[in-house]
Amino acid sequence: MGLADLSVDIGSLRLQNPLIAASGCFGYGVEYAEAVDLSTLGGVAVKGLFLKEREGHPPERIVETPSGMLNAIGLQGIGVHRFIREKLPELRQLRATVIVNICGSTLDEYVELARILSDADGVAALELNISCPNIKEGGITFGCSLHGTFDVVNAVKKVTPLPVIPKLTPNVTDVASFARASEDAGADAVSLVNTFLAMAIDVETRRPKLSNIVGGLSGPAIRPIAVRMVYECRRAVKIPVIGMGGIANARDVLEFIIAGATAVQVGTANFVDPFIWAKLLDGITDYMRRHNLARISDLTGTIDTTSREKQWISS
Amino acid sequence: MLVDVEARVLRNTRLSSDYNVIALAAPDIAAAVQPGQFVMVKSGRSGDPLLRRPFSVFEVLRSNDRVEGLTLLSKRVGATTSILYEAVEGDTISCLGPLGRPFEPVDAGTEAWMVAGGVGLAPFATLGEALVTRRIQTTLFYGARTGAELFYLDWFTARGIRLVLATEDGSAGVRARITVPLERELGSRLPDPGSRSDVMIYACGPEPMLEAVANVAAKYKRSSQLSVERTMGCGMGGCYSCVIPVRDAQSVRHYVRSCIAGPVFKGEDLVWD
Repeated sequence: MGLADLSVDIGSLRLQNPLIAASGCFGYGVEYAEAVDLSTLGGVAVKGLFLKEREGHPPERIVETPSGMLNAIGLQGIGVHRFIREKLPELRQLRATVIVNICGSTLDEYVELARILSDADGVAALELNISCPNIKEGGITFGCSLHGTFDVVNAVKKVTPLPVIPKLTPNVTDVASFARASEDAGADAVSLVNTFLAMAIDVETRRPKLSNIVGGLSGPAIRPIAVRMVYECRRAVKIPVIGMGGIANARDVLEFIIAGATAVQVGTANFVDPFIWAKLLDGITDYMRRHNLARISDLTGTIDTTSREKQWISS
Repeated sequence: MLVDVEARVLRNTRLSSDYNVIALAAPDIAAAVQPGQFVMVKSGRSGDPLLRRPFSVFEVLRSNDRVEGLTLLSKRVGATTSILYEAVEGDTISCLGPLGRPFEPVDAGTEAWMVAGGVGLAPFATLGEALVTRRIQTTLFYGARTGAELFYLDWFTARGIRLVLATEDGSAGVRARITVPLERELGSRLPDPGSRSDVMIYACGPEPMLEAVANVAAKYKRSSQLSVERTMGCGMGGCYSCVIPVRDAQSVRHYVRSCIAGPVFKGEDLVWD
């Protein structure tokens, strides 16, 4: 068998493999250039950008929970103009496939960001952050309303030739309906899940452990819920689903792909092991060899839900 | 170069009921580390604890001119430090580094005063050695709750480093916070009009101590370099958890990531909320 074909298509964008560094967990990518050759990743989703710089929340910004972590960073960031000036040239030089995560307080801000980034050299796709649980002023208000989701995707699609990927929140009753609204509005793919709204309290002091009181839960603790949501979205839409939530090894990647993900994002695990990417690729190619799979894209959505009862009876 | 080493525990010395010094076979990190830099430690393969924790490199271990590893000074306060306290020879501890901005050395002719509070002693063994090697006159101001929690005193004196001790209970040194003898010595130099570069103050310890050291340094117009510790997620600038407020050149306050902008900061740059 020849070399395994790891490439996947997200709209018009072909990724050389399905592994994307998750936004908010990889800085602007350049921070990790010493640990990983960014050109070997399927994509790098950079930290969410507003038009302007933002300070974010005061510390404490993270707290560890069983098999997970809560964060309320508050989208500290350098703003789109400094990003284009200070980070994008280096990302181009490193030959990273750059997915820019954009956040707006208003529909116009998303549109403006999309316009600016469409003119910048070296942006491969736009991920719409309509799901950050940690800030009040926008984003999530779009992501928690079907009309809002439709409107923001629709408006951004009108001004950019780049693939548009709304990042969905799991903090809704039926995430698949948000995937459908995204598809109806012309989204090229959806990515999910952002973090689960959660909180932790110090019982001795009775104080919240995060300055923002509530934050977003990520890490292996959320993986089974995220897998279920990817599965639901896969059944609801035809556009690619990019899955994420607690991936820590190659088996977790494969689980998301089998559930219906075309590509995956890795976040919290990168904090623990910045060298994780080569290990994930090795694990995926080993699986493909063992299962005689030529193309990783053939594995997407291949979950076998047929009844096993007869086998149990006969065994 | 950044490396992640599955480091074997060479030995683990318990200094008290909650302090220990753990020696790890991480020669690549030890050979590259500069005073003030840190490593991110993962003390188990399971999801609990999930994240790594930052530790200053305490000592670089050499035998016959060969670097064989490093040690970490740890105080048992949580899950990772408990595992480090209980670890035995032959265990493995994942160690990622070296990370962060190191201390800047002083020029010949300038004295170095290192101010340590409790487990904040950690970066001063490597810094002290580097300074002494450069023939810098070096003093360690070292404070703790009680004399039984002052460690490695002979280690420092054997290298010609002068000690000034303070304890909260008076069981060793002066009964005071360590900034009291620090201020007294700075004050006693005032009649000498010497330039403000006659002493460089280095400090590591709890943040209230660092703030006090920064204030004392500013009051007596001396420079300071402070090693801070904030809750850190990744140590590499990825997560934006460990931010600390600084004043930039335009005097505007903003958050920077202490893992990559620090952990060593100039005292005059930090803003104390």
